[in-house]
Amino acid sequence: MTREYVYQQMNRIFRNVFDDESIELHDETNAEDIEDWDSLEQINLIVAIENEFEMMFDMAEVAELANVGEMVDLILKKDSNE
Amino acid sequence: MLKELLYPFDPNYLLENKRKIKKQLLEEGGSFVEKKIAILGGSTTAAIRQMMELFLLNNGIRPEFYESEYNKFYEDAVFDNEELKRFAPDIIYVCTTNRNITTYPQLSDDEETVNRLLEIEYDKFHCVWTGLKERYGCPIIQNNFELPMYRLMGNREASDIHGKVNFIHELNRRFAEYAQKNDNFYLCDIEYISADYGLKEWSDPFYFHMYKYAMNVNAIPYLSFNVANIIKSIFGKNKKGFVLDLDNTLWGGVIGDDGVEGIKVGPKESEGQFYAEFQRYLKEHKQLGIILNIDSKNEYENAIAGLKHPDSELSEDDFIEIKANWDPKDRNFEEIARELDLLPESLVFVDDNPAERHIVTEQLKGVCAPELDVTQHFIQYLDRNGFFEVTTLSKDDLKRNEMYKENMERVKAQASFTDYKDYLLSLEMKGVIKPFEPMYYERISQLSNKSNQYNLTTRRYTVSDIEAMANDKKFITLYGKLLDRFGDNGLVTVAIGQLEDNNVCRIILWIMSCRVLKRDMEYAMMDEFVRRCKERDIRQIIGDYYPTAKNAMVKEFYALHGFNQELEEPDGHTVWTLDVNEYRNRNEVIEVNDD
Repeated sequence: MTREYVYQQMNRIFRNVFDDESIELHDETNAEDIEDWDSLEQINLIVAIENEFEMMFDMAEVAELANVGEMVDLILKKDSNE
Repeated sequence: MLKELLYPFDPNYLLENKRKIKKQLLEEGGSFVEKKIAILGGSTTAAIRQMMELFLLNNGIRPEFYESEYNKFYEDAVFDNEELKRFAPDIIYVCTTNRNITTYPQLSDDEETVNRLLEIEYDKFHCVWTGLKERYGCPIIQNNFELPMYRLMGNREASDIHGKVNFIHELNRRFAEYAQKNDNFYLCDIEYISADYGLKEWSDPFYFHMYKYAMNVNAIPYLSFNVANIIKSIFGKNKKGFVLDLDNTLWGGVIGDDGVEGIKVGPKESEGQFYAEFQRYLKEHKQLGIILNIDSKNEYENAIAGLKHPDSELSEDDFIEIKANWDPKDRNFEEIARELDLLPESLVFVDDNPAERHIVTEQLKGVCAPELDVTQHFIQYLDRNGFFEVTTLSKDDLKRNEMYKENMERVKAQASFTDYKDYLLSLEMKGVIKPFEPMYYERISQLSNKSNQYNLTTRRYTVSDIEAMANDKKFITLYGKLLDRFGDNGLVTVAIGQLEDNNVCRIILWIMSCRVLKRDMEYAMMDEFVRRCKERDIRQIIGDYYPTAKNAMVKEFYALHGFNQELEEPDGHTVWTLDVNEYRNRNEVIEVNDD
């Protein structure tokens, strides 16, 4: 899986979850940047990402994420470990 | 009606695209009834609410929500809550799970202690229900408990009084007992729903410890779907019958090609066994008052021959309407609905052929046609959709199939009369028209929620509303039952008038079941209504007509009864008045209250 591919899928998920086609994610994007991104939507995002990439996150992993870049790193790391 | 929201749906798609789907549902238009729903949760409920919203909108219900603070279901129910009081819920959903069970037995506890623990746990919920009933008096939906995620003693958990499995079974049994004894209280059976989903997935603790969801977030659409089904059923939005295909739906093979001997149904081969089981499943619905009809591309003789197959579970007699011809299926479907005086959308189309499902659902908006892929899924896909979710079961439901049958006989009888009044007189109709009585509260509420077409004001009432009005002197309440020589039509019409100042009575509800259209029952009702108004010194009756997408048939209702139109608002709402002294009785064909 390439970083580009992960971004492509992540963009789709974020656009769907927030119903906002203008969302363009980058490494520094975090909850401050998207108006509706609260703790509840965070859950929906994680669940959608898990379903998309067919992986389960560990509680500790999810708790530490600070921005989209770290999320993408985590997805790539888990993918290469499989 | 969005296909994406019918079972089997894709839970991930719904969770991810909920905003877009909601927009779609609202843009599709159609009329919505607005309902206020309070969710009192024992854990996080946000996604449960979001999913419920989609399923409710898909059923024509536009919800407004109140959500309790995290795990404040008990406080919200047992103590006064100004916000919830102002909100004035139409339905309360208590969404609790086994995460809300405070104390389980210890292995060292004696039987008495275990029983006391059960009592304590049950009492907590009992207080919630009584508190809610006293304060809000609206229907309550309560989850029972899913089974525990681990079994300390293994299989013995089920039988040992200390087992958590046994403890939960016991609590669920008590919940069920309460539901049996209390109207307006409905269990949401998460013991079944979680089992159906897969208990170990459902109970994945990740979601609780991360987000305080008491179940797997991916399972939430299934939970919300069930809750929404209970709600739409309470508000009278259940389906009323099936329209079924024959070839490869009720039996395997094509009868026109294979002949009666060639179709597969019955014990001889495994495929035939599937179809026989499916037929049995459909037949069981008749007990609920669900009607069965056939819409098949076949020669009529062949269709009947197939139903006469010695191993067929269903026979010709089980169906109300049988259309077997070469007309387009949507046209047959429409005709079936019309002849039954039902809206097409109240019938579910069951056909193995995706092209036929497509044409019927495209031509007749709102008709559901669940996807049927392989035979072994037929029952699951129909059943899980909850089209006929039962919240009340009245005697009329049990007799409904007979009633439709009798109606068909009336139609035949009518053909032999040239004068319509002669026909009506030949029916030897007897009406019972009386103020509301407790034994009918449930049926009256059901009718107020179900009637769309013959309904002047489209106001919906719960059993408690009905009871309150029946006992309030400020209301004139009437129900009407109609019998004739072909049978008992049951309780088919309801009227409620509210007394206002200056000897005025305003009609706030006037409904009638379409199965007694054109029988002059409305005249018999109005005669009695006016008579009772006179008894109460009423001089003027006011009536309103509020147009909806479905009630055009009663636009001129008041004119027929001699009312004068006073007002027409831009939205089509009309106001009519009647001078009680100028009223003359119009019923000449029904004998009323002669018992």
